[in-house]
Amino acid sequence: MAAINRDDVAHLAQLAHIEMSADELDRMAGELAVIVDSVKSVSEVAGADIPATSHPIPLTNVLREDVVGHVLTAGQALSGAPDAQGGRFRVPAILEED
Amino acid sequence: MTDLIKHSAAALAAKLAAKEVSAVEVTQAHLDRIAAVDGDAEHGVHAFLHVNTEQALAVAAEVDGRRARGGSDAADLHELAGVPIAVKDLIVTIGQPTTAGSKILQGWHSPYDATVVKKLRAARMPILGKTNLDEFAMGSSTEHSAYGPTRNPWDLDRIPGGSGGGSAAAVAAFEAPLALGTDTGGSIRQPGAVTGTVGVKPTYGGVSRYGAIAMASSLDQIGPVSRTVLDSALLHELIGGHDPYDSTSLTDPSTGLVAAARIGNVKGLRIGVVQELGGEGYQAGVLARFNESLDLLRDAGAQIVEVSCPNFVYALGAYYLIMPSEASSNLAKFDGVRFGLRTLPADGAMTIERVMASTRAAGFGDEVKRRIILGTYALSAGYYDAYYGSAQKVRTLIQRDFDAAFAHADVLISPTAPTTAFKLGEKLDNPLAMYLNDVATIPANMAGVPGLSLPGGLADEDGLPIGIQLLAPAREDARLYRVGAVLEELLEERWGGPILNMAPELVATQIMEAK
Repeated sequence: MAAINRDDVAHLAQLAHIEMSADELDRMAGELAVIVDSVKSVSEVAGADIPATSHPIPLTNVLREDVVGHVLTAGQALSGAPDAQGGRFRVPAILEED
Repeated sequence: MTDLIKHSAAALAAKLAAKEVSAVEVTQAHLDRIAAVDGDAEHGVHAFLHVNTEQALAVAAEVDGRRARGGSDAADLHELAGVPIAVKDLIVTIGQPTTAGSKILQGWHSPYDATVVKKLRAARMPILGKTNLDEFAMGSSTEHSAYGPTRNPWDLDRIPGGSGGGSAAAVAAFEAPLALGTDTGGSIRQPGAVTGTVGVKPTYGGVSRYGAIAMASSLDQIGPVSRTVLDSALLHELIGGHDPYDSTSLTDPSTGLVAAARIGNVKGLRIGVVQELGGEGYQAGVLARFNESLDLLRDAGAQIVEVSCPNFVYALGAYYLIMPSEASSNLAKFDGVRFGLRTLPADGAMTIERVMASTRAAGFGDEVKRRIILGTYALSAGYYDAYYGSAQKVRTLIQRDFDAAFAHADVLISPTAPTTAFKLGEKLDNPLAMYLNDVATIPANMAGVPGLSLPGGLADEDGLPIGIQLLAPAREDARLYRVGAVLEELLEERWGGPILNMAPELVATQIMEAK
């Protein structure tokens, strides 16, 4: 497995939408390299013939009647939002142009 | 009044039913204890992030009123009505803030109750408040809380375990007889071990996760925290059962646990010692007390057998791929738009992407960022098969190990944690050393099987509590309570009372003087 370096961390931080300072990137890269190294053994033991388990106790087709159940009002749903207007979430600009 | 806080939940329930005490008295006694010993971020136990005084007393008064009226009003009350409880601050509650131990949710109030909280309310259990945790339950020491650490009531310079250190410490410090926790890799059981208390991770799906802020959805499980095995059984039966709001919820009824805790014998039961969970890396005092528990169970008529789970050595590595992968996805919802914090970038364009990145930078702590980055890495194109895919295969191998072990044993046994409580700050700069605390508890989450930790005595070298972990096959949680209650009784006979009788007395003045 490939080692994880500072450029990887910068790219991942961008994908995960977390702004990181230069210091933070250095520190995180060092720490993650140690952690990634320690989990290498996982790919060594996982043979091609072993099925993957995504869920400890699999349930299939968990469905319910298609009726309106307990729902939040718009006011409740917006109650914790940093910004709202006219019954909707208010977001900053989506595009950079004005 | 001091005596009231020392009673088990079962004893309090009996006294309440017999009208020897009122629910208001019981609740007030615990609120007084919190005021005396809980302190704040700098001093005291600091188990609570929020104390719910008025609501708790109002519920208690309602219970007293119904008991006074008698008839069906009193008869319809749940057995635990009027017994107060603390709730881990990862579980959402109307009328109290829910922070998940994170700055990103500071001041946030949930518009709905978790299913388990609805059940507490229906049973008329006064909710004392919300307990501290590692941010988003990510940690083994509660030091990753954005609101300051919880301190271990056995030694205020030491960690109470994590992530549910607040719930375990609250119960150990007699601030609450019961608490709710969540366990993704050991967050109920490991704090139980290092604080001399009982904690249970139920079978995956046995208790609804609706309203528990998700870290790793295929591993997370809500469960009981208490001072006795019977108390956990009482709470487990109340909170368990099917919930249509959680699509992973099992349809099995939540019954038979209290009865199992009252069976009182282990004759003929096969108890399997997991060879891979012991030996190197485990503190001598932990192993000594563990071996004594095996002797007690053997003398009580259980058959002690050795079992091998060779793939458990890969569990920690696989866990640290699956858990961050799921966490990175679950925590994407903290975007500075729908709830919680919004932080604007210092300069430049105020676009949503930059506001999001700035918000998450300011709102998340280091451990949360580490796990999000690690999870994003494990799920990225080109690495997915090698990391996440391999870890899911290891999960299959761990399940097969459990299946093989349970062919030879009814219950498995191991130390809960490799060491007793370490000093605050000791492992904060070494994430990997911190992760090793969960080496014995993680396999249960990976396989979905239930696990219980109970106090096993004090280690000779430091006089601190150690935990004994019991594991049972999925849906066989009752076995944990049967064996746990018997072992607890045998150990308490030896100690001459509950383990917490040996804990140093916490007094308000000491806490004010403590640094």
